[in-house]
Amino acid sequence: MTPSSVQSILERSRLQDLFDVLHRRGYAVIGPTVRDRAIVCEELRSAAELPEGWGDLQEGGSYRLQRRPDKALFGFAVPTNSWKEWLHPKRLKLLDAHRNPDGSLRFTPGDEDDPPKLAFLGARSCELHAIAIQDRVFLGGAFTDPHYAKRRAAVLIIATNCGTSGGTCFCVSMNTGPKVNRERTPFDIALTELLDESGHRFLLEAGSEAGAVILGELPVRAATESEVTAAETLVANTANRMGRSLDTHRLPETLLANLEHPRWKEVADRCLNCANCTMVCPTCFCTTVEDVTHLTGDHAERWRRWDSCFNLDFTRMHGGPARQSGQSRYRQWLTHKLATWHEQFGSSGCVGCGRCISWCPVGIDLTEEVRALRSP
Amino acid sequence: MMPSPWRVAERWDETADTFTVALEPEPRREAPGFAPGQFNMLYAFGAGESAISISGDPALPGRMLHTVRKVGTVTSALALLRPGDTLGLRGPFGTGWPIESLRGRDLLFIAGGIGLAPLRPAIYHALRHRTAYGAIRILLGARTPADLLYPEELANWRKSPGVACAVTVDRGDSDWQGHVGVVTKLISSINLDPRNSAALICGPEVMMRYTAAALREKGLPQESIHVSLERNMKCAVAHCGHCQIGPHFICQEGPVYPLNRIAFWLAQREV
Ligand SMILES: Cc1cc2nc3c(=O)[nH]c(=O)nc-3n(C[C@H](O)[C@H](O)[C@H](O)COP(=O)(O)OP(=O)(O)OC[C@H]3O[C@@H](n4cnc5c(N)ncnc54)[C@H](O)[C@@H]3O)c2cc1C
Ligand code: SF4
Ligand code: SF4
Repeated sequence: MTPSSVQSILERSRLQDLFDVLHRRGYAVIGPTVRDRAIVCEELRSAAELPEGWGDLQEGGSYRLQRRPDKALFGFAVPTNSWKEWLHPKRLKLLDAHRNPDGSLRFTPGDEDDPPKLAFLGARSCELHAIAIQDRVFLGGAFTDPHYAKRRAAVLIIATNCGTSGGTCFCVSMNTGPKVNRERTPFDIALTELLDESGHRFLLEAGSEAGAVILGELPVRAATESEVTAAETLVANTANRMGRSLDTHRLPETLLANLEHPRWKEVADRCLNCANCTMVCPTCFCTTVEDVTHLTGDHAERWRRWDSCFNLDFTRMHGGPARQSGQSRYRQWLTHKLATWHEQFGSSGCVGCGRCISWCPVGIDLTEEVRALRSP
Repeated sequence: MMPSPWRVAERWDETADTFTVALEPEPRREAPGFAPGQFNMLYAFGAGESAISISGDPALPGRMLHTVRKVGTVTSALALLRPGDTLGLRGPFGTGWPIESLRGRDLLFIAGGIGLAPLRPAIYHALRHRTAYGAIRILLGARTPADLLYPEELANWRKSPGVACAVTVDRGDSDWQGHVGVVTKLISSINLDPRNSAALICGPEVMMRYTAAALREKGLPQESIHVSLERNMKCAVAHCGHCQIGPHFICQEGPVYPLNRIAFWLAQREV
């Protein structure tokens, strides 16, 4: 029997058991909770911290928490931050440099500790695709990023099928959701939240050995056929209610044929170059480094932190930045995400999560920009 | 990726703002080999890292030469290093000049300013295997006669059989009797067999663009024109994102490209 054929039901009232099993097995649970009037992912100590009864209203340049008529725990679209925060930390010490009394240098690694074992609770299909994309960036090339590799290896993924879609979601266009697919993006456990006359419960499916072992320790019962059907209907309905859409037909070719389209200037006039879009994007991976020296002068550190192609310094060279105008920087971002990414990593760099649309202070919407760029 | 300590064995000035360091692994161990056109990330204690091409002879990898122009924070810190000091080195990185696959051809080395540094290993290689190549021409551009890199070596190259050198400067001085003007001007006067030549170019991006265009006019196909690109670079392993030009991570696939692979992007503004 393959793990996937097992569909079990965990009652809402026993969800804490999942936390207990994970904690017993040494995992810290990272999942959604309400913080500063938004749903964010952070470490959760218990199931009580999940955003019970909260939904979100996401639109271009706007995000609002909204009370739901029910007590759903995963009844929102995507949290503000993405899982990359744990796999590809915002700030990381790369090394310590020591100057010995004789003037010679010695280097020691800055990130040597074993990473904590983390369980990502509630990762959505688009987010699993984003993780798969960053896997290709950091693990799929000639060089492996050791910092990413060790964190990634310590993660257990408990995915969620989406029962709600947000106003800025377009995973259906990007073929990245809303249903998780074990063949395309592996997970350990997938859950679908069911909330109807028959109660509040989760349909669970194991996607790996590790997931099956954890399921085996939970007070579950076999799912009925109607529960399995209900879960499928729920996700199918979500797919029909995407807030946004993006026509991906020949998109890379179209964008690269329109590098001088007047729309680039038009969007650049609105763009603040704030880099929010790149910070919230679950696939954006760029970093820069900072060198700091201690006052004694014999110890220096090298830190890596997230960077953005919207920053002027990003392409600085002796003669000045290669991408001086805001227009060239917005164009770089969009054409990288939607065009050149294909050649580099074999897929689009966008998974349709909609974060960049919601969190853009001026409501720039890449789906709308693409529509404009498609018309002459 | 961690740097390893290397010791400055020798250091000398090349011009007013450019110097060369000869580096040896510290403690002594076998140095990694390198291909002409590859670069290292050099770390000056506390100041940071810069991408610097290897400018020495690939047949003598134990003496890793780097020629650096002082333009900012890191390169100024590197300039302060003296024999016996140590720095951090990661590398070598990148894909260099396809010098081996150009056997049998006439070679045109064209450099602007510090661009001669990454070309020099390829010149050394061609001269060391002199009979494997046809005619060798070296065309150089510099801001002023005083900025010309490696003048003594140039004099030796001129004396080698089948090697021709031409130099042009942006501004001459009272003693200058050579060419004045951009390096592309030197191309118009040369005779080249477009089917059996290859050009290796390194210099500022505009210079490479004009030079490539002048060579195309002479009938040299894009595949026979190789350019070495330069971009801001932080990691050198295709993870930091800074060096991208279109789909290309310069640090890894490049810095050297045959023109046919990069022409589309070189023709765009601000990419
Ligand atoms: C593949 C490659 C090979 C190179 N080979 C040589 C060489 O052999 N000799 C040599 O003198 N120089 C070489 N350079 C250029 C050298 O890396 C820069 O001059 C140097 O990084 C400048 O750093 P800085 O801190 O002194 O300057 P600053 O102006 O203080 O630097 C500010 C920022 O701009 C970046 N930066 C500035 N100029 C450049 C530039 N031209 N290229 C890339 N990043 C830049 C720096 O990394 C830093 O982030 C090479 C560059 C590349 C990409
Ligand atoms: S580009 Fe925008 S919609 Fe696409 S993955 Fe990034 S944040 Fe999500
Ligand atoms: S597109 Fe929006 S979020 Fe992105 S840099 Fe411009 S203003 Fe900021």
